[in-house]
Amino acid sequence: MAAPLNSVGKPQAERLSYNSTSFQKKTRSKLVSIPGTRPSVQNGQLLVSTGVTSLDYLLGGGLAVGTVLLIEEDRYDSYSRMILKYFLAEGVVCRHELFVAAAQDNPDDILQELPSPILDDVAIPKPMEQPRLSCDPQDSLDTMKIAWRYQNLPKVQSALASSSRFGHYYDVSKTMDPEIRQGAKCHRFHPSEQHAHSSNTHSPMLESYSAMLKSLQEVIHREGFDLAVPMSKSRNILRVGLHSLGSALWGDDLCCHDNPKHRHALTTFLYGLRALLRSSLSVAVVTVPSHLIQDRALMGSITRLCDNAIALESFKGSEREANALYKDYHGLLHVHQVPQLNCLASQLPDHKDLAFKLKRKQFTIELCLIYYDNYFLCKTCVPLLESETADECQEQKSCDDAKI
Amino acid sequence: MFTELNSILNASPDSLTPGEFILLSDRRSDASFLIHHFLSFYLRARCRVCFLGLVQSFSHYSAVSQRLGVSLTQAKEKGQLVFMEGLKEALSTLIPQASSSGSQAMDFLRDPAAGLRSLYEFVRSSAADSGAAGGWGPPVLLVDDLGVLLSLGVRAGAVLDFSHYCRAAVCSQLQGNVVMLLRCDGEEEEEEEEVGEEEGSGWLLRGLTHQCSLSLHVEVCWRRRRRDAQHKQKQIFQYKVHDKGASFFARGTSSAVL
Repeated sequence: MAAPLNSVGKPQAERLSYNSTSFQKKTRSKLVSIPGTRPSVQNGQLLVSTGVTSLDYLLGGGLAVGTVLLIEEDRYDSYSRMILKYFLAEGVVCRHELFVAAAQDNPDDILQELPSPILDDVAIPKPMEQPRLSCDPQDSLDTMKIAWRYQNLPKVQSALASSSRFGHYYDVSKTMDPEIRQGAKCHRFHPSEQHAHSSNTHSPMLESYSAMLKSLQEVIHREGFDLAVPMSKSRNILRVGLHSLGSALWGDDLCCHDNPKHRHALTTFLYGLRALLRSSLSVAVVTVPSHLIQDRALMGSITRLCDNAIALESFKGSEREANALYKDYHGLLHVHQVPQLNCLASQLPDHKDLAFKLKRKQFTIELCLIYYDNYFLCKTCVPLLESETADECQEQKSCDDAKI
Repeated sequence: MFTELNSILNASPDSLTPGEFILLSDRRSDASFLIHHFLSFYLRARCRVCFLGLVQSFSHYSAVSQRLGVSLTQAKEKGQLVFMEGLKEALSTLIPQASSSGSQAMDFLRDPAAGLRSLYEFVRSSAADSGAAGGWGPPVLLVDDLGVLLSLGVRAGAVLDFSHYCRAAVCSQLQGNVVMLLRCDGEEEEEEEEVGEEEGSGWLLRGLTHQCSLSLHVEVCWRRRRRDAQHKQKQIFQYKVHDKGASFFARGTSSAVL
């Protein structure tokens, strides 16, 4: 009997040891301790939130650290700029460091416009104090005071309390409290402040781009985001927000000519950016005015050098704005690319018919289902109906008017 | 390594066809899963592999290969794999520093108009080493991907020269294999190509298709084109990429359809 027992016992022991080692492997990773990050369910990548919860969901849980999100701007750059601000605001709330570059206006302007976070979890009183609520009114007044005080907590504590969560909501109607904003370390880059020092005339990159790449590399090295350098102090994430790359203000002519002279400037820059991000704890959001770039092949190679790519198509100024079918939405969102990181198959979203709307407290992206003629239709069938329904809606309206 | 693809191509790690030049291409799709197949395939076949990873970091290729059952780190330590990580090498060239003296392979970034001579020198030296380090089979060159060279400002003609030189050195001289991936942009623009612009990936794809002996093209459908001395044969399969491999089937026979 001993032999069978042994043979039974042995695999168990092996299984046990196997279990314990696999368990240790998970806890060994030190990266998870960074606030505002979480590991991906699919491939174990470290993710950060974009600040827009539904966009996180769309991109497979969030933005993987070391990758670039390309946002193709809508025509007036209102919603793409909004997403960039959400991304930066999320960084401030999670106490990440920021690197902001813009040519159109000063990076400080973007930082001042950051939306105010709704830190509702901070206002909840601690469980110890809850019983006092049921006591006499004087006590409840006291607790009210405490609750009131909680709302005005100093910035450090509010950040600590909120950092446990992944992704926050923001109130777009208010700008972020300067005190909170100054709590986050921020590096700015504006091309006009850089002095031109031409080093290499053969390089396809523009001076503004190579200066930005250099300044970003300096920040990464100085502030210890480099993965190659072992650091003793706790790690943090660098969020890089680059606004309207490729526009004429960067000295680029992609948007101005059919056959641009600096055709490879932006793609070379993006290659360098990818190289920098892959070797550091940083993540970038880049917006590009793609509607101005005529060459679709060029746009394709720009997309390929970024990891995630989404495009925003706002209804503003288009004839769809007036169409009753789209009255619930502000625009359409196209997912052009999701990254394949450390795996073969990429996680494309289930649906391609996506629309967004910007509410005061939330930027939502949802499946664009349109209720028409007792059926729910998806966006792809809609263009056929568009003109028809527009007429019908008009008719309906005139009928209603006639009834009155 | 996808066993289904091997059976379609009549290939196995035990019996290699020497002197093959395989072109992988795609349009409005993603063929990069094929490069992982060939990487693990040649490592299993005990070839000495030189990999030019221009678009992704080493950790990415390593993680995917791990899923396919091959360890890149071990292969590197054993001297079977020479891995050129383009992203890492490019930084020292794109952001010039006083102290840095990286390898010369990515030198073309300084002046893309001058061509890819430095990259070819790197390939030739690492492929020629294979005689010295004992035990490994014929050399194999894998490139992922050529399209990024175009994005970095290299002329399509220079890329074509590079591939031709590589084929001459690796396939003809050393009796090894070459696998190159080219990801094309956008639509098939017939009219524009007729203008005769020596630019763009479409032009390069046609040039490379002329050179290669086997071309795998991924589109909305997937196409295999084998060119023998006399006739061309084209086969079309459908595919699905899984977590740990890919499956291929004749058109219309996927389980989702049947």
